[in-house]
Amino acid sequence: MKIHEYQAKELFGEYGIAVPPHRVATTPDEVQAAAAAFGGTVAVKAQVHVGGRGKAGGIKVVTGAEAARTAGEAILGMSIKDIPVKKVLVVESHAEIVREAYLGVILDRSVKGVTFICSAAGGVDIEEVAANTPEKIIRFHATSRDFPEAEARMAASQLFGDEQTVEPVLNAMRGLFNLLWEKDASLAEINPLVQNDRGEVVALDGKVNFDDNALYRQPEVAALRDLDEEDVNELEAKEKGLSFVQLDGDIGCMVNGAGLAMATMDMIQLFGGAPANFLDVGGSSNPDKVVHAFQLLLQNPRVKAILINIFGGITRCDDIAHGILESYKRIEINRPVVIRLSGTNAEEGRQLLTDTPLLTADTFEAAVKQAITCAKEAK
Amino acid sequence: MSILLDKSTKVLVQGITGRDGAFHTRQMLDYGTQIVGGVTPGKGGQLTDDGLPVFNSVQEAVGETGATASVIYVPARFAAAAVSEAVEAGIGLVVCITEGIPVLDMVTVYHQVAAQGARLIGPNCPGIISPGKAKIGIMPGAIHEPGRVGVISRSGTLTYEIVHALTTRGIGQSTCIGIGGDPIVGSSFRDLLPLFEDDDETDAVVLVGEIGGDEEERTAAFIQDHIRKPVFAYVVGQTAPEGKRMGHAGAIVSGNAGTAESKIKAFGAAGVPVAGTIDELADTVRAKLE
Repeated sequence: MKIHEYQAKELFGEYGIAVPPHRVATTPDEVQAAAAAFGGTVAVKAQVHVGGRGKAGGIKVVTGAEAARTAGEAILGMSIKDIPVKKVLVVESHAEIVREAYLGVILDRSVKGVTFICSAAGGVDIEEVAANTPEKIIRFHATSRDFPEAEARMAASQLFGDEQTVEPVLNAMRGLFNLLWEKDASLAEINPLVQNDRGEVVALDGKVNFDDNALYRQPEVAALRDLDEEDVNELEAKEKGLSFVQLDGDIGCMVNGAGLAMATMDMIQLFGGAPANFLDVGGSSNPDKVVHAFQLLLQNPRVKAILINIFGGITRCDDIAHGILESYKRIEINRPVVIRLSGTNAEEGRQLLTDTPLLTADTFEAAVKQAITCAKEAK
Repeated sequence: MSILLDKSTKVLVQGITGRDGAFHTRQMLDYGTQIVGGVTPGKGGQLTDDGLPVFNSVQEAVGETGATASVIYVPARFAAAAVSEAVEAGIGLVVCITEGIPVLDMVTVYHQVAAQGARLIGPNCPGIISPGKAKIGIMPGAIHEPGRVGVISRSGTLTYEIVHALTTRGIGQSTCIGIGGDPIVGSSFRDLLPLFEDDDETDAVVLVGEIGGDEEERTAAFIQDHIRKPVFAYVVGQTAPEGKRMGHAGAIVSGNAGTAESKIKAFGAAGVPVAGTIDELADTVRAKLE
């Protein structure tokens, strides 16, 4: 789960990481009021989850409340990567930046632990730094809840190359590490962490992502979710116990198992088609799940044909077939549906479907090819 | 022979009185697995419908039954503690089926398992089967056939599909292992490949990878240096968009990292054939073994 910059900054504050004074605004009036309260120069920053806000014009640095209001009007009226901006963060920006650095902690699968990533090249895309100038990045790991004090101190002393900043940088490292463990974050980063002309070390921008598996024990984190930022279909699918991701092709997919669902999408592409979605109906025998899955696929106007690919293991093909019969009773299925049933009770499943308009295919490959043909003919 | 599991392996079921635990215990017994009992705290002293003793703790169960392996069907919020309890009680092989365990819990558990010298398979996995001998997990036994190909996979249903494709071509399996779809799992391809390499009854290994992380890339390099037996790979997720979890918690492309292309390229560079489809994979294995 992702959160906004202003929410990340509030968490940073909780963990003793210095952030500049800031205020959230949802109207130009509020932007103006915030800028007037801070006085002088402020940054007005769009609060959306997508990256590249600066490049899209979603961040403006201005002086004076009037100029802030104008900037607020512009940003609150825009969309960034199709997401309308509904909130901005007004940040006091009086101090001059002397140096910028990057500081992040990530839950790192390859080390089975937490990796610290530090770089004196801050304020830019850290992935680009890692790819182009890996020597500018310092990494070290922690495989338990214990903070790696010695390595952190070494890295902190190198980050700004300034003795006075070692303690505040170390403090920021500890803060990020504690935040990650205590809030079940999967990533917590400050970019840039700046040293300003007042000698302060401040988190100017930040990002925190959370482990979805742990939200059940982090109600305060779960409450930070911004539903405006989520895909409506994906949210609906989640509520119904389906795993769904929207793509931009025209063949709707309904598959049991995440791996098989990906294999199905890949095979559609391999044979010249384009999958409209990833959808794992899971192993449930509940016919409602199949009905909901059909509804999700049919909501997408781009879908020209539907491919159902089921390999029955614990999931029984006749259970899926009952779900399909139920779907034809309850909703209008006005697009061609190709189905392939294999494994447990496949024959029983196929027999249940003999009087339906479904097109049955014997193999995975044949089903994919038939769905591609159906989608092409429907165009 | 087979790896990890055979008819003599004594298995405990943690969460044996739950719906899934009870159902799969019956399935495992029917397949021939030596299930010696189960654990559900607070229900010690009872017998299951299959006549198996239930214990309050793994410690007690190990003492009474001599179990060396355990399988976990408990809900996500209790599963990491269940793994800890098993390895602390001296269980050498723990298979965790549960999906949805917080990743930081797995960080702690992973290192604890390693420190105890135990082996963890999963979490979020279908388990292990040595066809014709025994199974620990949730996979359908009937699609498997005893034979000489090892299978290691990050997936569940996709693994069944691949095993089925092998079986219908007359290619049996020595042992099939689902290592799990989570970002942090107990055993990797690299941990398990050497067991197949040393197994006299395995002639070749099939690896089923997917997007997310860099395990496939590391495995490709490892195979070049350490594995002599033929290895075949299949990788899914070429059509997955960046930044989206594809069902499995670990199946996600982050920026340029974890893509199917990178994994396929790494296997190719290590001389491991990568099939484009499941049929092609099974045909390639058959051609090599004939």
